[in-house]
Amino acid sequence: MEPPKLKESPSQTAGPYVHIGCTPSFTGITDVYPSDLGASLKTGPVEGTEIVLSGVIFDGNGDPVLDAMIEIWQPDAAGLFNAPSENRGDADPHFTGWGRCASDPETGEFRFDTVKPGQVPFGRDQMQAPHVCLWIVARGINIGLQTRAYFEDESAANATDPILCTIATPSSVDTLIAKVDGPNRYRFDIHLQGPRETVFFDM
Amino acid sequence: MMRKPDAANGSLLARDRDWHPKARTPAYKTSRLRSPSAAPLQFPTTLSEETGPVFGHDILGPLDHDLIRNFSTTGDTAIGPRMRVHGKLLDENGRGISGALIEVWQANAGGRYRHKNEGYLAPLDPNFGGCGRTISGPDGSYSFLTVKPAPYPWPNGPNSWRPAHIHFSVFGPSFAQRLITQMYFEGDPLIALCPIVGSIDNPDAIDALISDLDMDQSVPMDMLAYRFDIVLRGRNQTQFENRMEGL
Ligand SMILES: [Fe+2]
Repeated sequence: MEPPKLKESPSQTAGPYVHIGCTPSFTGITDVYPSDLGASLKTGPVEGTEIVLSGVIFDGNGDPVLDAMIEIWQPDAAGLFNAPSENRGDADPHFTGWGRCASDPETGEFRFDTVKPGQVPFGRDQMQAPHVCLWIVARGINIGLQTRAYFEDESAANATDPILCTIATPSSVDTLIAKVDGPNRYRFDIHLQGPRETVFFDM
Repeated sequence: MMRKPDAANGSLLARDRDWHPKARTPAYKTSRLRSPSAAPLQFPTTLSEETGPVFGHDILGPLDHDLIRNFSTTGDTAIGPRMRVHGKLLDENGRGISGALIEVWQANAGGRYRHKNEGYLAPLDPNFGGCGRTISGPDGSYSFLTVKPAPYPWPNGPNSWRPAHIHFSVFGPSFAQRLITQMYFEGDPLIALCPIVGSIDNPDAIDALISDLDMDQSVPMDMLAYRFDIVLRGRNQTQFENRMEGL
């Protein structure tokens, strides 16, 4: 295979003021754009089970990261993406699949009001367990961190997920499982370092 | 939704992790506690990473790309050296990426950000918010109007200053292409002193983040121009071409 013609632009940290560019209303700049992009994943009544996915990002001291920005990307309840390249069918028109949230400046909590994702294929003849892709940036993070939130109450699907199955250590797999935290609520805490360090992906 | 042939699925080229900054770069102090100790697990992309959100031109207001004017409520313009920042958004295969959302943020011409966590003594400019956004054109081209940001001090070492820079957040068609980076200015002596720039090992990679003065695109008696091309991950070429033939 030929090497690529160009090199990807190298990443640089989002820094402490990422909110100005990505969630300006959140930081008090309310008159430039009508609203912050990604603040809601729903544009009308959605199909499937509506859920809350929330959590806190912790640094190596165990302190909450108060200045992060988290984005999620996921399919709808039927496993279809609201993306131009989706060619398996039409996704729920009222569900964007993309969300963006700044960590709470006092508690560090992020929260997405979304739907439980359906399953998407892996190659030709396997299915992945339901999951949400996350992308995390902040001051001190030199290149955005990719991870995935799977669901505690999908243990049968998780047990055969082609990606989870390649992770040998059960405690590592556990860092990728959002825990049931009430009816239709899931908790997904992220640990940047330490004994419970979250598994991050290079995909 | 309209389906674009250039948005066809296909696995993305693996990231060159030696070209990007490492997670832990101790000279940039905040990275010490915010860097995973394990290397990220490598997998080929799946549909979850190969797809991504799309943003329509209908989200854009007429001044979203114009930081000189988009914050003012009086019609007054921001203070500082007026300039155009422009370039092309490409993938590693050399194709222009159209329809991509590009968001920017920056300090004002005194080096001050409009943010509650910002304490630098340089004043706010009442006519400068510091954010802008646009969507790349059919050939991947983009353009912003702004004022040149000043360098600013930050609490890292005993006397740390950031080179003048503009932060860029870029979406390609695939979520796996998501990138945040910073643009610097040709000739800035602070580039060589900055531990955030220095998180990148390869001098050629640093060069890729330094914009060039572009007199051809400057406007006489009005503004200078800087050119900054941005490259996102490309697709596995053979797979892409096979799929194109199958269409
Ligand atoms: Fe900055």
